[in-house]
Amino acid sequence: MEITINHYILLSFLLFAIGCFGVITRKNLIIVLMSLELMLNAANLAFVSFSRFYNDNTGQVFMLMSLVVAACEVAVGLALVVSIYHNKQTINIDVLKLLKG
Amino acid sequence: MDTILFYFFASAALASSIVVVVHRNPVGSIVALVLTLFTTSVLYIMLSAQFVAVVQVLVYAGAIMVLFMFTVMFLILRDESLNFDAQNVPLKVSLVLAVLLITGMFVQNVIIGSSNAGKLASLSVSEDFGSIEQVGTSIFTDYILPFELTSVLILIAIIGVIVISKRSTD
Amino acid sequence: MIFLIILLPLIGAALNGLLFSSGLIKKDHESERRIVSIIGCSSILLAALISTYLFIQLIQNDNPAGIIQNSFTWIVSGELNISFGFLFDNISSVMTLVITWVGFLIHVYSIGYMHNDKSYARYFMYLNLFIFFMLVLVLGNNFPLMFVGWEGVGLASYLLIGFWYDDTQKAYAGRKAFIVNRIGDFGFLIAIFLIFLVFGSLNFSDVFSQAANPTFMENVPIIMITAIALLLFVGAVGKSAQFPLYVWLPDAMAGPTPVSALIHAATMVTAGVYMVTRCAVFFSASPLAQFIVVTIAVFTAFFAATIALSQTDIKKVLAYSTISQLGFMFMGVGIGAYAAGMFHLVTHAFFKALLFLGAGSVIHAMSDEQDIRKMGALRKYLPITSKTFLVGALAISGLPLLSGFFSKDQILGQLYERGFTIHFAVAIITALLTALYMMRLYFLTFEGKSRVSEGVMKKLHESPSTMTVPLIVLAVLSVLGGYVGVPDFVGEIFGVHHINAFKEFVWAAIPVEQHHTLGHHFFSHWDLLVLSVVAGLLGIGLAYYFYIYRPKHLNKITRNEDFGFLYNASNSKWYIDEVYNHTFVRGFNEISKLSFLFDLNIIDGLINKLASFTSGLSDFISKFQFGLVRAYAAVMTAGLIVIIYILFATLN
Repeated sequence: MEITINHYILLSFLLFAIGCFGVITRKNLIIVLMSLELMLNAANLAFVSFSRFYNDNTGQVFMLMSLVVAACEVAVGLALVVSIYHNKQTINIDVLKLLKG
Repeated sequence: MDTILFYFFASAALASSIVVVVHRNPVGSIVALVLTLFTTSVLYIMLSAQFVAVVQVLVYAGAIMVLFMFTVMFLILRDESLNFDAQNVPLKVSLVLAVLLITGMFVQNVIIGSSNAGKLASLSVSEDFGSIEQVGTSIFTDYILPFELTSVLILIAIIGVIVISKRSTD
Repeated sequence: MIFLIILLPLIGAALNGLLFSSGLIKKDHESERRIVSIIGCSSILLAALISTYLFIQLIQNDNPAGIIQNSFTWIVSGELNISFGFLFDNISSVMTLVITWVGFLIHVYSIGYMHNDKSYARYFMYLNLFIFFMLVLVLGNNFPLMFVGWEGVGLASYLLIGFWYDDTQKAYAGRKAFIVNRIGDFGFLIAIFLIFLVFGSLNFSDVFSQAANPTFMENVPIIMITAIALLLFVGAVGKSAQFPLYVWLPDAMAGPTPVSALIHAATMVTAGVYMVTRCAVFFSASPLAQFIVVTIAVFTAFFAATIALSQTDIKKVLAYSTISQLGFMFMGVGIGAYAAGMFHLVTHAFFKALLFLGAGSVIHAMSDEQDIRKMGALRKYLPITSKTFLVGALAISGLPLLSGFFSKDQILGQLYERGFTIHFAVAIITALLTALYMMRLYFLTFEGKSRVSEGVMKKLHESPSTMTVPLIVLAVLSVLGGYVGVPDFVGEIFGVHHINAFKEFVWAAIPVEQHHTLGHHFFSHWDLLVLSVVAGLLGIGLAYYFYIYRPKHLNKITRNEDFGFLYNASNSKWYIDEVYNHTFVRGFNEISKLSFLFDLNIIDGLINKLASFTSGLSDFISKFQFGLVRAYAAVMTAGLIVIIYILFATLN
């Protein structure tokens, strides 16, 4: 079968779903952040495949921007993780529920 | 040829992403994520996006994953209770089923039932599509503003990180 | 020019108020008093001189439209166009002369009367303010401006009645006056709305020329004109103290006596009469309104006279006398005899102001004693006061050739000639009662045996010249003032037509036909004249008999088993105040209590319940905030799945 854009879309969707699954399921905060990265990666894949199929550079440019955003987000997120670990001595997100109520 | 490569690397990406989610050891998850990124990068190359592929390897797999690794090593996290727990199976099973359902719908409606829309081989692009010149020109002419804004974003992130992780030295 | 007449009292009030009453300039008592008196009196004197000058011009020009001065536009809204305009025609010139000259005399009198008062400057400020508003009322050439003056004199009256506000009762009296006045003002306001509705304008010239135009009036239903006339009369009932809104006037005697003289004898209470005369067109077009007006007027006159017979406070007798005489004035203007009513207004201003100022002189001499049971035989101690008081009392009783005789006789004559025979009979009896209570007052105060207490007797003295000179001037006016209005039929004897100059003058400005005598009458002019003279003399004679000749017979009447209750009821003002208190005042208090409860429980309760509901809702919803990131992610994903499903389901 010829590879169509639909294959790429499906692949992107599956990667996204796996990342979602990781975010919901895991208790370790670092793993959650990594699953988040997976989701972003899936979105990037979708961008680039659309860019190819419509012969437009915009998708790739946007993917680069998305990459930058992911990098910044990881940096800040990990700084927060370190800070939480220093304060609470745990990174189990089930325990971190100060915002309850 | 294209098809085989695509299926191979697609399944590799899927497998390594499942490993990311499921693995006990955070370091193992990080390695699996790096692998995922590599395979995705190959997929990019198959989509004629050379520049983007290289950047992904350099930045994503190179810098970001290293950052993750540093943090994990630094915190020495090895907690049994944080493993992928087999509790709450119904939730997980239902999630998996939901995903399968949508995939099935997608396959049925779009892939099987559709026409010749978007076949990769039939769509031709120019020779230097996705090359560094083209992308570079595009960034610095059409999308100069978002480019500058991302630089501001990086600056903000740097400042944020410094502020967050500063220890009060009283 | 007309502007100046109005502006001068206002400037006087402003200067006195801003400089002295506010305490900005502090001088010792003597010099402050001098400056304040000069400012206060001279402003009124100048206004009086200017108005006299304009009056002379008016007579020379002989233009019935009068002098009109329009200045800037005040309100423009759609069809409504009201400007600050003044009209100095025959009617308003008469009023202006009375207001300014009598006002000036009272200002001079006040210098002596209020000599030792600590709020001297404030008094003069209020007095000037009152004159200002009264002048705006009579000189305005449109209804809203007249209403401004109307309300303004109500305000000034309140300020002056409650002048000594340290005494709570006096302050209450002021409040009562203002509130009862406002009830009347409400009717006036509705009348103004109706006038605008019917005539589309509020200027006197526009409205009255349209109203006098028969073709225009054909399209106006008579009920509308009657309603307008009656509502205007409601305003007059409030302002000019007719039944049932007269209750504020006796209480208003709590204010200083010159105030009672100025406001409640000469000027403010006559505003209603002026207004009815100005709106003569409406009243003459509606016989029903006229009937109601004259009936209420006659009833008020009689009713007040019965109360005055038994009062023991010198000022209260005069207050009820004022109400009764106002009834006479309304009798005149109510039946269409506008000149007669205005004439009585002028003469009444003279002798009632004289009587009040005389009473003030007596009170001043008696060290603030006002009960006539503690007076008597004051004639030797207060010669000027007693003589001028006697002149005033005789004038109001209708002694021939004094001013009151001419004006009262004109009204009675017109009543009879226009066919209001029953009203005429009651009015004649009221004239008798008037003479009776007035001469009773004179005899009890100045003649007979002295019942004055020791301490007061020592300080008894005649008043200073600032107080006695106005008395003398007013006495002269009371005697001579009637001759401008000698009845026509008297002049006919000497072959002089239209000798009644006052009547001609006033009627020139009224756009209504004068009716002449209707049909055949039983009494002729001379018969009526004799009848009213007999009534007056009979009243004087009865007073002399009961109070000088045989005072002991009086007890037999008041303590009589069958009729004694009448005396008690009359002394208690026929219990009207008590009735009002029990019905209206209590009623409104209850309503306001209910409203307060309503506001507190229902309106506030509603808001409170709404707020508590919102906070309860937020409490409930906040339970959904688990604080668990995973839960949030799960819910988001679930939502996402639903959306994707829907998208796919509708794809085809």
